[in-house]
Amino acid sequence: MTITTDEHRAHEYADLPRLMSLMTGDEKHGPAATSTLDVLWVLYDRVLRVTPERTADPGRDRFLLSKGHGPMAYYAVLAAKGFLPVECLPGFGGYDSPLGHHPDRLLVPGAEIGSGSLGHGLPLGVGTALGLRAQGLGDPAVWVLIGDAELDEGSNHEAIAFAGPAGLDRLHTVVVDNSSASHARPGGIAARFEAAGWSAATVDGRDHAALYEAFTAPHPGRPHVVVARVEPKNA
Amino acid sequence: MDTMRDRFAPVVSRLLDEDPRVAVVLAEIGKDAFHEAIARHPERVVNVGIREQLLVGAAAGMALTGLRPVVHTFASFLVERPFEQVKLDFGHQGTGAVLVSAAASFDWPAGGFTHMAPGDVALMDTLDGWTVHVPGHPDEAETLLRHAVAAGDDRVYVRLSVQSNRRALPVDGERFLTVREGRAGVVLAVGPLLDAVLEATEGMDATVLYATTVRPFDAAGLRRAAGAAGTDVVLVEPYLAGTSTAAVNDALADLPHRVLGLGVGRRELRRYGTVEEHTAAHGLDARSLRERIGGFLGARAGV
Repeated sequence: MTITTDEHRAHEYADLPRLMSLMTGDEKHGPAATSTLDVLWVLYDRVLRVTPERTADPGRDRFLLSKGHGPMAYYAVLAAKGFLPVECLPGFGGYDSPLGHHPDRLLVPGAEIGSGSLGHGLPLGVGTALGLRAQGLGDPAVWVLIGDAELDEGSNHEAIAFAGPAGLDRLHTVVVDNSSASHARPGGIAARFEAAGWSAATVDGRDHAALYEAFTAPHPGRPHVVVARVEPKNA
Repeated sequence: MDTMRDRFAPVVSRLLDEDPRVAVVLAEIGKDAFHEAIARHPERVVNVGIREQLLVGAAAGMALTGLRPVVHTFASFLVERPFEQVKLDFGHQGTGAVLVSAAASFDWPAGGFTHMAPGDVALMDTLDGWTVHVPGHPDEAETLLRHAVAAGDDRVYVRLSVQSNRRALPVDGERFLTVREGRAGVVLAVGPLLDAVLEATEGMDATVLYATTVRPFDAAGLRRAAGAAGTDVVLVEPYLAGTSTAAVNDALADLPHRVLGLGVGRRELRRYGTVEEHTAAHGLDARSLRERIGGFLGARAGV
């Protein structure tokens, strides 16, 4: 292979559809694959302090993709940022590919957790924040991405209810809300987090400036949630 | 005599002092015993409240950051209720921890079936890579807890019970011990059932092996014993009957053999009462065991 690291680093936001099409063989992408795209890009491009060279650094920021369904946008961003070789994207889902339809942390460079079964990421994120704090690593931020329908899983509510009173201020959650929950109440997502003592912001999940502002808003003493609203899945 | 669980918090509290990797995760149950440890290590002793999915998930998250979590509650809520978390957050994520249960089979009979999990070891046995310790005495529990915490990032399940043998044996966290040697069969006693097995087999010409580490299963130890005592094997396990029958079959796969799996019955008793009453109801008292072991080994054992 002659594809160089420079090639890996050259990618921009505009390259993501092409990278995704390497996995799908199609210029069109399902809503589950793309609802997370802008959130992922802004996080990896401007917020997370992690690089391919720092994936074992105890002081790195951690990003935990809990909503493991439709991971093409995630793989595309990891490839664009040099965590994954671009040439492994076309093998997506294949027997010898590290890239499954749900990510596996033991196979995907840069993936902090394996996911697919919904409702595991936030408890793992709580533990990661606790573990870092217990080792005096007060700086790294922990980010967990979940979907609005994923919030149906009760395990999330165990984590939300604990993290607020525990004051886990290095824990961050971004809920990508594409109105896919069958039983939901408008405004209910932020309210649930706020009721547990979290700092919360709800923004347009396609607006990079708004996402960045919400991601970087101060929230002393409290965990922080950003609800990123995107077009409804079934619209 | 104190119980295994009386030893748990003092032992793990000392390990917290000795090893900065060690952390304790609780879900209310057992927190009082860690009162002093919480004061000394407030960041490494965490009580998540009555939230067992979070108990396991948060412990696995701590393991992802390099800690060695010790996770404790009753077996029903440690293994059964959050089983998918145990399967994925440790196994699939490639992390390890020490899960320490109490009250698994019928330690609190008056509490009823909601607080019993006799299938815990069988359930753990569906997963890859778990070590399972079943101590039979508080001293053995102390040894095996230390062994479990020191086992790198291994996945280890330690099953504590109020039932106990009268004296401890020098267990090593791996092998079966030979307690008595005979020529007409092997009786493998697990954990706190050793005393009852020794009483039940008094005068029989049978080898008695003692197991406190049941996974990995010491197949070589069983084969050695069977070499002298023959391949009639009786398992006496303090959890679901037959849990290790397949392990015995695998160990003796190339030899004609017979196996009898004794343990806690599958049928829900719907009785309260005492540990002794439940032991007898499941046929695990010395008199019932003598009848069942003798019936299986037959005349050669001198019954």
